[in-house]
Amino acid sequence: MRIPPKASQAIAVALLGGATLLTLAVLVFVIVFVLGKGLPVINWAFLLDVPREMGKAGGIFPTIVGTLVLPLVAIAIALPMGVGTAVYLTEYTRPGRVTSVIRFGTDCLAGIPSIIFGLFGYIFFVTILRMGWCILSGALTLAIMVLPTIIRTAEEAIKAVPNSYREVSYSLGATRWETVLKAVLPNALPGIVTGVMLSVGRCIGETAAVIFTAGTALRLPDSLFDSARTMAVHFYILAREGISNENAYGTAAVLVISVLIVNSVSYWMMHKFISGRSA
Amino acid sequence: MKPVGERVVEWTLKGLAFSALASLLLIAVFIFMEGAPFMVRLGVKDFLFSSDWRPQEGHYGIFAMIVASVWVTLGAMLVGAPLGIAGAVFLNEFAPESVRRVIKPMIELLAGIPSVVYGFIGVMVVAPLIREHLGGAGLSVLAAALILGVMILPTVISISSDAIGSVPRSYREGALALGATRWQSVHMVVLKAARSGIAASVILGMGRAVGETMAVIMVAGNAVTIPHSPLDSVCTLTAKIALEMGSAVGLHRQALFATGVVLFIGIMVLNGLAMAAMKKRSART
Amino acid sequence: MNEAVKFSVRGLEVRFGDVVALRGIDLEVPARSILGAIGPAGSGKTAFLRALNRLNDLSPNCRVTGQVLLDGEDINRPEYDVVRLRKRVGMVFALPVPLPMSIFDNVTYGPRLSGSRKRGQLQERVERSLRAAFLWEEVKDRLDMSGMRLSGGQQQRLCLARVLAMEPEVILLDEPCSGLDPVSTSRIEEALVALKSDYTIVLVTNNTKQAARVADRTVFFLTGEVIECGPTAQIFTAPRDQRTNDYVSGRFG
Repeated sequence: MRIPPKASQAIAVALLGGATLLTLAVLVFVIVFVLGKGLPVINWAFLLDVPREMGKAGGIFPTIVGTLVLPLVAIAIALPMGVGTAVYLTEYTRPGRVTSVIRFGTDCLAGIPSIIFGLFGYIFFVTILRMGWCILSGALTLAIMVLPTIIRTAEEAIKAVPNSYREVSYSLGATRWETVLKAVLPNALPGIVTGVMLSVGRCIGETAAVIFTAGTALRLPDSLFDSARTMAVHFYILAREGISNENAYGTAAVLVISVLIVNSVSYWMMHKFISGRSA
Repeated sequence: MKPVGERVVEWTLKGLAFSALASLLLIAVFIFMEGAPFMVRLGVKDFLFSSDWRPQEGHYGIFAMIVASVWVTLGAMLVGAPLGIAGAVFLNEFAPESVRRVIKPMIELLAGIPSVVYGFIGVMVVAPLIREHLGGAGLSVLAAALILGVMILPTVISISSDAIGSVPRSYREGALALGATRWQSVHMVVLKAARSGIAASVILGMGRAVGETMAVIMVAGNAVTIPHSPLDSVCTLTAKIALEMGSAVGLHRQALFATGVVLFIGIMVLNGLAMAAMKKRSART
Repeated sequence: MNEAVKFSVRGLEVRFGDVVALRGIDLEVPARSILGAIGPAGSGKTAFLRALNRLNDLSPNCRVTGQVLLDGEDINRPEYDVVRLRKRVGMVFALPVPLPMSIFDNVTYGPRLSGSRKRGQLQERVERSLRAAFLWEEVKDRLDMSGMRLSGGQQQRLCLARVLAMEPEVILLDEPCSGLDPVSTSRIEEALVALKSDYTIVLVTNNTKQAARVADRTVFFLTGEVIECGPTAQIFTAPRDQRTNDYVSGRFG
């Protein structure tokens, strides 16, 4: 028996809509579950106290510091590299062999899983360069990991700057670099910041690349050459080694809230930026 | 003549532009340098096709881990690909603009949730459910596949969504003008036109699933055996590396890097396939 | 006579890929006067204008051959300092392009590139330039407002002021009034006539009447060639070429 087209359409829409709903339900469940179990644990003492007994008791303050510092240092390293790459690709060369080789490299880098970054960071920064497990090793590893994101978003943002701005700048006697600095980059800034926020979000949630490079020390770090533990790593250790489910939930809630805030801001900026362009 | 400052800037930028490529090469060189000689010394065949992994006794065979990675990844695709493609089709073709505007950012947020959180949910929720209703230990291929299937959803949805969105409107209108229903126009015309992009989204999703580490460690059980049922506990390539890296020295460490080499090659092949699929799409339009 | 010639163009040819935009151009641009360039769309008048400040360099597939002498010096020589050239030869574009910054920063964009940083000096220059572009009275109280918030006509005068602030020798205008209403257009024209005692002005326009109103000499371009060049009055009343006659009397274009 053939199903009439109208009916098959109704069935298809119901199935597709159902699948979409299921996806959303999972998202809502993950967030509600983590916040539901974790929020009751969170209070000022939890946020501002140092951990005791390996994290079984006490707070998570050092891991919050680690979670702030590591992405900051990583971005400080990746931003000049990423924006420099984007500027070179868009303003200094024409599409050709060089650009396609660079793009290929960027695309490949984007596909590498974080455990490989972790392995690399461990052998190269920690072992061969003798930096040991420290914030700098972790940040350098994360910088390489987020480099493709920064390059791509910066490139899109720079391409979206109207060409007339460049013409005006050149016609007023600006050199190429002056044009980039004064007419192009200021107008690409919202897009570049969006890329940075996306990268920060990824760094905050990262575990595999961090645990083998920045280490797992629970002390408050004194310098970039100290080991530090991020919230994600702390949460992993608490949960995996069964140290404290309660504190694990609390850490997970803080972690998820931070990531959600960072990602919401970047999503909002991206859309503001896109609609601002078309207006 | 360009002033000196301008030329310094240009050369600096050119240097920076190669940073991504240089990083990639550096990563490949050091992973291979640590892992490849070991693999050759042990014998590539013994390394890849033996399931005997007992580092204390000098046995390094990763076959069980390869099989585990393949099972978990295929399982994740069974969950993630249909759901993701269905979501992308619904959002692009059937959902009203207002619904789309709410759902799309929510799905992007799904991508931001850290993998350790997914792993934890797997341990606390998914594994107990499996243990109670289907038997086994709970931490299993099935649990890992379910969790990874959800984790790759954002990748599959956003990339197939782009592919579907870039199908020219005229294709749809042509089908609709011939009296097709919306659904007929979608499955006969739109999906066909977007198929390489959708394929790319699935392959990239596979790449993510193969490479995922922390969530898998938490939910797959980590037993180094060849699984016989979806309820068996397994240890993937990534899980093995992450679990033993902290304490490994000497040959053992080299063996883990050699495992990394296998993983690296697998991922590169998948990425290459995805790039080829994307290129096919852009060449046609 | 020779010192009264600002630009001397000899055998200029401009190609974009396989398309020849201009060929065999020989032309002199007299100093301290307005040269109007007219012709239908695609006749090469804009390519000519952009050859005078080498802005064609920005188009990836553009090739320029021939000589363009500015005060007797060929600007097409590879070692010629393009940055300095563009500071001497300013340009106003067809559509007003205020940069997304304040009015003050727009006007001082050029001077700041040249290293002027002193607020007092810049302030004086801004006032002088805005006055010369007939914009000062309208914006003097809101120099910190974004240039994007001005009306179209004001934006174009801002662009003119921005060029004047560089104290150039030549001002190139590429259909500067194409998007403007008649009142704004007449304000720009007023400004140009007032400026010609100090500057050499080349005005590309698709509005023949505008050339008739303000230009001292007029050149007629057609399909990449100069058909005729002479005093404006002669071009409009007694053209030597039939095609010029057809164009200025509105029979095509």
